[in-house]
Amino acid sequence: MTGRPGGFRIVGQSVRRTDALEKVTGRARYLSDMELPGMAHARLLRSPYAHARLLHVDVRAAREVPGVHAVLAASDLTFCDPFYGPALRDRPLLASEVVRYEGEPVVAVAAVDEATAAEALDLVEVEYEELPAVTTLEEALAPGAPRVHTAEPLAGHFSDLSSLRAKPGTNICHQFDYTRGDVATALAGAHLVLEETYRFPRIQHYSMEPHGALAQWDDEGGLTVWAATQNPFSVRSELAKMFALNASRIRIAVPLLGGGFGGKTYAKLEPLAAALARVARRPVRLLASVEDAFRTVRRCSARVRLTLAFHRDGRIAALACEADFDIGAYADIAPRVIQKATYTTTGPYRVGHVKLHSNAVYTNTTPGGAFRGFGVPQLVWGVESMMDVAADRLGRDPVDLRRQNLLAHGEEFAPGDTPVDGKLEESLGRLAEAIQWSAAAAPGRAKGIAAMMKASVAPSVSEAIVRLHADGSANVLVSTVEMGQGARTVMAQIAAEVLALPLDRVRVVPPDTSITPYDQTSSSSRSTTMVGRAVQEAAQDVVDQLRKIAADMLGEPAARLTVLDGAVVSGAQRLAYPDLLDHHFGMRGGELIGRGVVAPGRTKTALGGSTPFWEVAMGGAEITLDEETGAIAIESYASVSDVGRCINPQQCAAQDEGAVMQGLGHTLFEEMVYEGGQLLNADLAGYRVPRAGDVPPRLETLFVENGDGAGPFGAKGVGEGGLIPVSPAVGNALARLTGVRMRELPMTPERVWRALRARTRPTTNP
Amino acid sequence: MSAIPIRSSSSVRCIVNGRPVALEVRPEALLLDVLRDRLQLKGARRSCDMQVCGACTVLVDGAPVSACTYLAVEVDGREVTTVEGLADGDRLHPLQEAFIDHGAVQCGFCTAGMLLTAKALLAEDPSPTPERVAEYLRGSLCRCTGYRKILDAILACATPKAAAR
Repeated sequence: MTGRPGGFRIVGQSVRRTDALEKVTGRARYLSDMELPGMAHARLLRSPYAHARLLHVDVRAAREVPGVHAVLAASDLTFCDPFYGPALRDRPLLASEVVRYEGEPVVAVAAVDEATAAEALDLVEVEYEELPAVTTLEEALAPGAPRVHTAEPLAGHFSDLSSLRAKPGTNICHQFDYTRGDVATALAGAHLVLEETYRFPRIQHYSMEPHGALAQWDDEGGLTVWAATQNPFSVRSELAKMFALNASRIRIAVPLLGGGFGGKTYAKLEPLAAALARVARRPVRLLASVEDAFRTVRRCSARVRLTLAFHRDGRIAALACEADFDIGAYADIAPRVIQKATYTTTGPYRVGHVKLHSNAVYTNTTPGGAFRGFGVPQLVWGVESMMDVAADRLGRDPVDLRRQNLLAHGEEFAPGDTPVDGKLEESLGRLAEAIQWSAAAAPGRAKGIAAMMKASVAPSVSEAIVRLHADGSANVLVSTVEMGQGARTVMAQIAAEVLALPLDRVRVVPPDTSITPYDQTSSSSRSTTMVGRAVQEAAQDVVDQLRKIAADMLGEPAARLTVLDGAVVSGAQRLAYPDLLDHHFGMRGGELIGRGVVAPGRTKTALGGSTPFWEVAMGGAEITLDEETGAIAIESYASVSDVGRCINPQQCAAQDEGAVMQGLGHTLFEEMVYEGGQLLNADLAGYRVPRAGDVPPRLETLFVENGDGAGPFGAKGVGEGGLIPVSPAVGNALARLTGVRMRELPMTPERVWRALRARTRPTTNP
Repeated sequence: MSAIPIRSSSSVRCIVNGRPVALEVRPEALLLDVLRDRLQLKGARRSCDMQVCGACTVLVDGAPVSACTYLAVEVDGREVTTVEGLADGDRLHPLQEAFIDHGAVQCGFCTAGMLLTAKALLAEDPSPTPERVAEYLRGSLCRCTGYRKILDAILACATPKAAAR
């Protein structure tokens, strides 16, 4: 290996982010900063109804407005396949015949400026015939409920969803089932059987930069889209299908993203921008507002019925789960969300008998998709709350009960599936220590904990190219999207470590599908592990080439040569990279190109692939409560993540601090509220996200680092995990403080106050 | 568009980041659009459009304002500071240095507004308590960092209480 013996030079250091300077000076460029000569600006007309038949769409007057370059309604989309979607091609570019949620795009205009586009949209006449809508799971699942979709859509591009299991005649667009052991027998023999239902609300990502795309067709029929997307290659394959183009004719380039959180995975506005640009015959930029973002994608809400059974000695006997996820009007990636999350309902625990079923249910609301945690927070909220209910009923300490049931290091998650790659007990121990679990809480305070273990996406592919130039500096070509998580810095650190170069000699190239190699997605906490490993391999490939050249020059075996400070060294001899390249090419020019590919492939497990690593996070909260108002205050929060090794400790802490605060949002206040099919709070005045004043007085993030991760240098993923334990940790603390068990998020003051009032009356269980 | 006759444009003379600027703007033009589209100062960002999030915060005569809902004509005769005017040439403002050192920057979309809001706070109160800083940032949202590192960075730039006296 490279680097100094016994340690790393750059890996493990909290180096400055490579994008920090441009961001603090305002020089950083995002999609909304991009302009092209002749560029038109787009605006969308959105449906005011949750469910309606489109009787008539008249765009003639809009077309006459001077400065208008393109006006599109569904009937104009004859030049492309007007449907898209990563799991199911059920989403029309523009509503055709029916609108299925309030805010669905109906007409798109591109004009010389936004004001002209808005003026044109004012002249569009649409006649709707309102239809009965379903906006809750109860309404959507009721016998004879109005159907959100009636036609059979085409499958998308995920092979594991090629057999989508819709329930004909209902609003269920996909079902997932998983069984292990014999739950019925296990329940019959159990000492304690708990059955409870938990609810999780619809949550908006609110990345501060809303969605956006800028599309341009070239003279040869090729398409370039600059897109605020987390996975340019998925956008490319979507556009290739819609416009019947070879992938090689499409270029998706990604500037810096102003946050993503899953909301910018898979095609969102890119297809519409491309369609408008085609008709306008000029570049078209389509920028969503924050209100538009609320009507583009959200977190799937859920109702989760859980049965959790225990033996007398505290071992979990069985777990059964019946989960309904409200996925909104179009499937987006939700079918994959529900099956992947449901599969890991048992989390970090050893459970022999498991029966899981989940439904993806259409409703007439904003489509649900990926959001930090990918369905897992919805399930962990219930399971981890019930672990505490069980501890109470069994007379056990919640930490001890969890410890007893944790999977061991190296133990398979399920038969044939990825073994646990961390020491879960160590995480739990660190957490208990951090929140001083064994010390009694001060009067008026209580503590609660929760744990989670999440899979990353599988199968999965990441590729990297490292180019060492004649002057000894290097480019790293990867398609990892920098959306704030610091991935570009981490990739530079990994490459610089292996290449034995200073960080400022390494530059990571921004994603561009025509230049940077394939990467499945910047999500699922996977980039450090998967892309990082590809970068490590690619850099090592370059190092191996360098050593071979040096071996030739020195007449020594390559195996005896190492790299240090930008040179290949052998004893006292030192050959700087530029000199090696000069020798190799016979001139000051040419470059060495290294390649790395990480592609674990398919497995026979229930999801068709096995996670490359387990993301492990645990959290502990200490709270106080204003009993007069029901307001919960988080006095202290500790988050523990097993990351194998921190490549950049400061950025790991930054990830988990952000994750915890985002988790506090859906725990305490966030919820998209619908009434009569209308979204009532599609803006930041009505939708309350965490503010600086909500930061707990004590917020600690700890990392377990045993160097046992599947990524480079024993690292593995971080980023989603920290968010997931927050809700149950706070709910468990509240239960310990008051005896009141909350089963619906967010735990708003009103809900808590009502639960406190109800406490005085006899209740079923604590 | 409007039935009420209005002047089609107004003259605005102001100082932007230390330099005099003269512009003709429409009366309804928003400061954010003028900064971004006319002056090519892209550091102020558009997000919530309703002065809740602070991504568009700039300083007008030293006071933080939401450029997304602030009329451009109102800066006539006044001084505007954007994030581009924070550094002194290549020398970063201490707040910019602190944001980098403390890891207070993630996606960067809130950063300009955060920096300018913090500058206004420290001008008003060079030694704020942590509570004061958090309260002052109530109109400055960040969805990435969880605020901890932003608060730390700002507090690192505060003058210690004893020295402030």
